Amino acid sequence: MTPKVKATVMEARDVDRALTRIAHEILERNKGLQDLVLIGIKSRGEVLAERLAAKIKGIEGTAVPCGALDITFYRDDQDTHTPDKIPQQTELPFDVTNKKVILVDDVLFTGRSARAAIDEIIDFGRPTAIQLAVLVDRGHREFPIHADYVGKNIPSSSKEEVLVRVKERDEKDEVVIAESEK
Amino acid sequence: MSKSILIQGGHVVDPANQIDGPADVFIENGKIAKVGKGLKVKADQTIDAKGKIVTPGLVDIHVHLREPGFEYKETIATGTLAAVAGGVTSVACMPNTNPPIDDQAIVHFIKSKAEKEGHCHVFPVGCISKQRAGEEMSEMGELKKAGAVALSDDGAPIMNAELMRRVMEYAKMHDLVVIDHCEDMHLSNNGVMNEGEASTVMGLRGIPAASETVMVARNIVLAEMTGAKFHVAHMSTAGSVELVRQAKKKGLNVTCETAPHYWSLSDKSIKNYNANFKMNPPLRSDEDVAAIRKALKEGIVDCIATDHAPHSSTEKQCEFDEAAFGIVGLETLFPVTYSHLVEPGVVSLSRAIELLTVAPSKIVGLNKGTLSEGADADVAIFDITSEKKVDVNEFKTKGRNSPFNGWNLKGWPVTTIVSGVVKYQAE
Amino acid sequence: MSWKSKDLLTIQDLSTAEIQTILDTAASFKEVSTRSVKKVPALRGRTVVLFFHEPSTRTRISFELAAKRMSADILTVQAASSSLVKGETLIDTLKTLDSMTIDAIVVRHKCSGVPLMLANATNASVINAGDGAHEHPTQALLDLYTINEHKGKIAGLTVTIIGDVTHSRVARSNIHGLQKMGAKVRVCAPPTLLPAGIEKMGVTVFHDLDKALEGTDVVYVLRLQLERQKKNLFPTIREYSMLYSVTSERLKRAKKDAIVMHPGPMNRGVEISSGVADGPASVIDDQVTNGVAVRMAVLYLLKGEKEGEK
Repeated sequence: MTPKVKATVMEARDVDRALTRIAHEILERNKGLQDLVLIGIKSRGEVLAERLAAKIKGIEGTAVPCGALDITFYRDDQDTHTPDKIPQQTELPFDVTNKKVILVDDVLFTGRSARAAIDEIIDFGRPTAIQLAVLVDRGHREFPIHADYVGKNIPSSSKEEVLVRVKERDEKDEVVIAESEK
Repeated sequence: MSKSILIQGGHVVDPANQIDGPADVFIENGKIAKVGKGLKVKADQTIDAKGKIVTPGLVDIHVHLREPGFEYKETIATGTLAAVAGGVTSVACMPNTNPPIDDQAIVHFIKSKAEKEGHCHVFPVGCISKQRAGEEMSEMGELKKAGAVALSDDGAPIMNAELMRRVMEYAKMHDLVVIDHCEDMHLSNNGVMNEGEASTVMGLRGIPAASETVMVARNIVLAEMTGAKFHVAHMSTAGSVELVRQAKKKGLNVTCETAPHYWSLSDKSIKNYNANFKMNPPLRSDEDVAAIRKALKEGIVDCIATDHAPHSSTEKQCEFDEAAFGIVGLETLFPVTYSHLVEPGVVSLSRAIELLTVAPSKIVGLNKGTLSEGADADVAIFDITSEKKVDVNEFKTKGRNSPFNGWNLKGWPVTTIVSGVVKYQAE
Repeated sequence: MSWKSKDLLTIQDLSTAEIQTILDTAASFKEVSTRSVKKVPALRGRTVVLFFHEPSTRTRISFELAAKRMSADILTVQAASSSLVKGETLIDTLKTLDSMTIDAIVVRHKCSGVPLMLANATNASVINAGDGAHEHPTQALLDLYTINEHKGKIAGLTVTIIGDVTHSRVARSNIHGLQKMGAKVRVCAPPTLLPAGIEKMGVTVFHDLDKALEGTDVVYVLRLQLERQKKNLFPTIREYSMLYSVTSERLKRAKKDAIVMHPGPMNRGVEISSGVADGPASVIDDQVTNGVAVRMAVLYLLKGEKEGEK
């Protein structure tokens, strides 16, 4: 079932500009890419992390290690959540200890996914810092979590859905607001 | 003195007297006084049997009443109540009690208990061997004198061929039929169901058909050698059928019985390891079931018996491997026979009644199973038109171990009369 | 995703899609076992009972590890004797456990069919960890996973199962599973160790090991219960080895890239030579590793369905 789209809030070039800006902000805030690693939350966060890594390489000329998390096993709704899709593998091809981790996700909403991701990362080791980069912050936080890097703030109703689409998975880059399916 | 009863307007099936048509039955002084159309007699009680069939009370020569020793499974009182609820008026009870019926005192005990508490005629079967141990022959002469009608170690075979030879010789002198539970225990090898595709898929130890068939073969050879009367209990395999067929052709004193589950169920019927489908011999292959049906059709099978074997629920609601062998059968005997033998046209109604009345009586030498004038007034009335679901919770037997639970069947008993007294009346 | 059942009782009753779901899910859990902290909170607060009525070390440890790596609480109930000897029926024991509100129960029993019986008597998820000679579904699933891992596919492969099929629940579950996934299955043993009607399960029967191995992609060696010799199922262990032991020499008849599997524990020098067990074709250690992942996947999927019912 395809959700009914109400409005397109970012088009491909908006997404690209936002990612370029975030890449610069990351380098600026961390004063280069020393000890920097990118970890995307599957599945679209993984794609965005790879894009950021490519942009950082374009700016600095050096590749930054990139990994991906599947947070299914760390969700805080294990009691009520019925697995509706097969969990993906977490792929962290580096040790996170003493690294500055940039956690990348597509949408920041309640903050629960970020919480799960942080818990999962610290099960792998002890990073010096974890920073959060998101393409969209739509508000409605339920946890004391904020994003360090935001592509666009999109105030939304909790009855709506904010969908990030990336061309690797969804044919084109865009961000849309849709009617909630629930 | 019992009341006189007139059973009016029914369809009488009395194979012993070649009656198969509308007739009335008049009962007086506990005996059959007259059978005929439109009887003009005055009776204390009239039973309207319109649309029903009226037959001699059924005779089941293979029943486990469990008393003495296993009263938690069944008693003479409950077992005979189940019998009359199934239209059965005479049962021969097997001697695997505790103590077993290897002694005249036990025969007397059962007979007196049956007279006091029983609901139908009870004829004890004596042990072949002392303590049913298969080692020394029992006091057959005394057992017969006390009232045993046949010999069997049922539940266990006589594995020792030499003993069987001597038993047959000695039993012949007493004119007692030897009923053997034909099973080679070595071949059975602790099996729990028929050996074949079904046991393989279920991962259960199999009992090969040969386990029964080789024993039938051995016993037929010994029956030929000794001239004894040999009866195959609960025949279940195609191989046994062939052997009995040949024995009969030779004119040997060999007879056989089969039970309703051997023509209505196969090893493929066992689902979810339900131990209510576990009995010995086990439910066989489709080929064996077909052979049993053919044997019934061709007259190779001499009679139908239930092998009614009640067990407590704890002995059945457990691991299939550990569950007791045996199922109850008295209360479903005629419905399964009618719905799965007569209705599909394997045998005629009259032949089915014969297999359930006069034929088994003859095998163990009972003067039962007929509506001849002067015979004991044992009569059953069946409804062969309305269908009803088997519900084990309605059973009179203590056992709930029936594989037929939930089946829709026709042929339910309506009234059962034993020696001129109504012992069962359907609600 | 296709997962609907409360229990995992047999491979026979699983659909191809369900098997695929378990295998796919297992891949994620395999990754968890490679972490330095090999634990995820997916079953936190859940109680898993290991109900073992038959001695078992490997399967019990594998399930225990699987449950622990998912943060479940584990209770082991080992009963050496049958329920009837103990004087309490199995169902009563189960009801006792059930009353303590458990979430899943992993059952191993020497009698075929026991997990099916228990599944009907409890709300907890029942996982069959081996019942009699009936089924051992998680073993077959880990075998399928291992085959797929090494061969990249299961469909179209020829798998030869060698040894005591009669008494083997592993063989039965694998026959069902391999055929559902599109493999061709051969069995090879003396007639005394093959159950009646085995060919009706769709397998090709061989008595000659050399012939059976020809063109085989997967050589699956069953454990020989040495005490079977006393039951006249084969004359001596020596003769059995001569005819049926998988040796390096014999293995040459299989395909060049054939893999060798064994459910363990092995009788080295009886059904399999040490050269083969430790050789390049052996994937026996991988089977053990994958066992934990597959069992984690099963526990995870069953948890989901149980919640879905509420």
